[in-house]
Amino acid sequence: MLEQLLSELSHPGRSAASLPETDVPATPLPHGFLRDDLPLPELSELEVVRHYTHLSHLNFTVDIGFYPLGSCTMKYNPKVDDVAASLPGFVNLHPLQPAESTQGAMALMLNLQRLLSEIGGFAATSLLPAAGAQGELTGILMMRKYLYDRGETQRNLVLVPDSAHGTNPATTAMSGLKVMQIPSDLRGNVDLEALRTLVAEHGSRLIGLMLTNPNTLGLFDEHLREVLALVHDAGGLVYGDGANLNALLGKVKPGEMGFDVMHFNLHKTFATPHGGGGPGAGTVSASAALADYLPGPIVGEADGTLQWVMPAHSIGRMKSFYGNFSVLVHAYTYIRMLGADGLRAVSENAVLNANYLQARVKEILPVPYGDRLCMHEFVAQGNIPGAPGVHTLDIAKRIIDFGMHPPTIYFPLIVPEALMIEPTETEDKETLDYFADTLAKIAEEARTNPDLLHTAPHNAPLHRLDEVKAARSPKLCDTGCTPTTHAPERKEDGRRAA
Amino acid sequence: MNYIPNTDADRQAMLAKIGVADVDALFRDIPEEFRHPQYQLPPALSEMEALRELDALSARNDDVTRRPIFLGAGAYYHFIPSVVPALLRSEFATAYTPYQPEISQGTLQAHFEFQSMIVALTGMEAAIVSHYDGATAAAEAVTMALKATSEGHSRIVVSPTLHPQYRAVIRTYLEGLPLTVVGDDVAPGDLDALAGLVDETTACVVVANPDFLGRLYSPTEMQALADRVHQGRGLFVVSVDPISLGLFQPPGAYGADVVTGEGQPLGNPLSFGGPYLGLFATRMQYVRKSAGRIVGETTDSEGQRGYVLTLNTREQHIRREKASSNICSNQALNATAAAIYLACMGKQGLRKVAELCYHKAHYAATQLGKLPGYAVKAEGAFFKEFVLRCPRPVAEINQRLLQEYDIVGGYDLGQDYPALAGHMLVCVTEMNTRAEIDRLVNALQAIAEKG
Repeated sequence: MLEQLLSELSHPGRSAASLPETDVPATPLPHGFLRDDLPLPELSELEVVRHYTHLSHLNFTVDIGFYPLGSCTMKYNPKVDDVAASLPGFVNLHPLQPAESTQGAMALMLNLQRLLSEIGGFAATSLLPAAGAQGELTGILMMRKYLYDRGETQRNLVLVPDSAHGTNPATTAMSGLKVMQIPSDLRGNVDLEALRTLVAEHGSRLIGLMLTNPNTLGLFDEHLREVLALVHDAGGLVYGDGANLNALLGKVKPGEMGFDVMHFNLHKTFATPHGGGGPGAGTVSASAALADYLPGPIVGEADGTLQWVMPAHSIGRMKSFYGNFSVLVHAYTYIRMLGADGLRAVSENAVLNANYLQARVKEILPVPYGDRLCMHEFVAQGNIPGAPGVHTLDIAKRIIDFGMHPPTIYFPLIVPEALMIEPTETEDKETLDYFADTLAKIAEEARTNPDLLHTAPHNAPLHRLDEVKAARSPKLCDTGCTPTTHAPERKEDGRRAA
Repeated sequence: MNYIPNTDADRQAMLAKIGVADVDALFRDIPEEFRHPQYQLPPALSEMEALRELDALSARNDDVTRRPIFLGAGAYYHFIPSVVPALLRSEFATAYTPYQPEISQGTLQAHFEFQSMIVALTGMEAAIVSHYDGATAAAEAVTMALKATSEGHSRIVVSPTLHPQYRAVIRTYLEGLPLTVVGDDVAPGDLDALAGLVDETTACVVVANPDFLGRLYSPTEMQALADRVHQGRGLFVVSVDPISLGLFQPPGAYGADVVTGEGQPLGNPLSFGGPYLGLFATRMQYVRKSAGRIVGETTDSEGQRGYVLTLNTREQHIRREKASSNICSNQALNATAAAIYLACMGKQGLRKVAELCYHKAHYAATQLGKLPGYAVKAEGAFFKEFVLRCPRPVAEINQRLLQEYDIVGGYDLGQDYPALAGHMLVCVTEMNTRAEIDRLVNALQAIAEKG
């Protein structure tokens, strides 16, 4: 065991809580309401500090090393953004205070709404959605309401390419609509012929298309104009999944190309820390036609003061309050420091790094679309020539031994044995070379000593974990925390009833 | 500053390897007429200039550490031990979802322990790592109830005193689905009337305890409602304030099938409304229908104990349109903060926080109830919030409290409940001293007298 559990470290009577005695007269506690037992751990403050410090040392993070996790944009998270988000006027602000007492925070949000609209080429932005997936749900709800308000209530289909993130079909299903999958063509684009056939057959029932562009193969669709036109001509709308916006900054505005609604992942493109899986922010921007359908409240300006505004035909609330505010502060600081030229340089170098790494990796592993230039990421396959028993999982686990995080594996689903590699712009050439050199070394090991890969990792805190066992007989909770049910009552003075 | 290390020499070497002449050639798949848009953005700032701008924006807000605050209504000003922010280290903050468990045991064990402590707190059997906030956790509980109950269960009963924003989010999430949502017309606090809405098609009943108006329902009352829900084979969903569970019976003791709640009070700052975390705990029989990440215990190939993300077959990246929800990113770092908070507070500390809230809120209610023109409308027990009838419009009182007395007043209930126009929801936590409460009492008295 690497680190004991809190319950194992616990000793009755210890406490890390420093709280004052009450300064008001006590009121009797209500009889019949009180719990008998609270099975929380009891640790000293130093034990708590050591426990979490030990745990933190078991994590691999962007601050430690290369993290080329495709589609996740694990770029450096600037420390100044943390400092900005920790300012007392942001941290200690209640969301329901009178607006006159929160004008600075609202000004930041109004500025960010405008910056994101400008970057995306859209008319308006809502900062409410908490994550990319919530942004997707927002977009689909907006598109449906917009179309239904125009009397087109027969529309209930959403087209999703087979290369899409799982969130796209899941979002569609969640909103009660039907998903239709579109295949990809041999060059990794949306298959235009298949799309034409689907639209011809189902055009009048289309809500629209959810499109990630560049897609999860890291490719910019070569027929994008035709794809958008086909959907629009059928009266449908196009949702842009902004997961891969890091390829496009300063290079193209999705709104100008014809996307109707789009979410941005601020935790990817705008460098906010991923937090071990959140919090993120999935802000949503919309064209002029759909702007009034955005979720609210958003910040508006009237008579020189900032106010909360609900867009006229809003789909309503997606979460409580106004969004993941401190994530917004991080992103705002980042955008202000980069400016237009800096943002363009982000995408230029993200795409340059990815293409350089693709050029090197395709000398080692199959890269199915390697005859094309990629955008900010590319997909290789873990089929090493001369090592038939070695799989992508083995390669990924062996990469860990060399002090790097593995790429995204087994996604996108349309590429067998996929390794999805996104280096980001904040990595240097030496790091990319080390990754490629390591991959070459691993390929050699796969041919000469495949067991080394099958049993990897060897230098990590733990060996390979049994995920099947975890799912088959789930242990989701420390047995030290047994549920308290129907416990004996305490009397008002806190003593156990006789 | 753009944090990019590549030099011109690097770029040239890389372009040569790729086999293109310049960086622009890498973008040739973008249609020419859309390429190279102009950004109308303010000029880039250096780090010190950026901090100056951000500091100026921060300074334009009335920070609640510098003045008394009696505002809650779903976001609460509680004490955060210094160790909580100190331990939210970059190793927790700059990692992604722990998809590679061998190098993510820090996040995984912290979240396993978080789940365990939420189970302990709620009296449930399993907890997920998080939803986005208390509102979406409630909406996801409703979605799960629809999947967990048999076909034909399409009626959702929602208490009118569930947080108004949670009710709004439930409505947004359910838009377009063939369902009936009822409960808005029930008189606040009338659990019997809610029970009366339950029928054989009811998928779930969602109730808050304490409710939005601060009222605390007894385990007996709640159990009676649970029994009615279970008779119709529906699920009983209870939204909680986790701090209250330091003192009061957990919903697991009175028949809840799902416990949701806003986890922000557990070590997460107010932060102008987010990021917070949605608590979600349930019974083992429903876990496979639930949404959101779960950590499970297992062993490595050498038999060492370790933790992994598990039950992934519920999730969108495996199941696509058949997933239980589209959720992917959650509020992981907020869950880590909540875990550190609970580890710090422990068995004794959390109870003490809850007791301090209880006693101070009751002292405030007693003092405010004596004021001419005001009246406390607390039917039954309450925890840290209560309803105060005021002699003047609440918005006006709050404006004067802020401008003349530098106090952040309570929530104007007339915004959500027309029948409660002129009523303020007052929140008192362990952060409010007796002197602050007395200051509020004196200010409200003066406001009433001055007219």
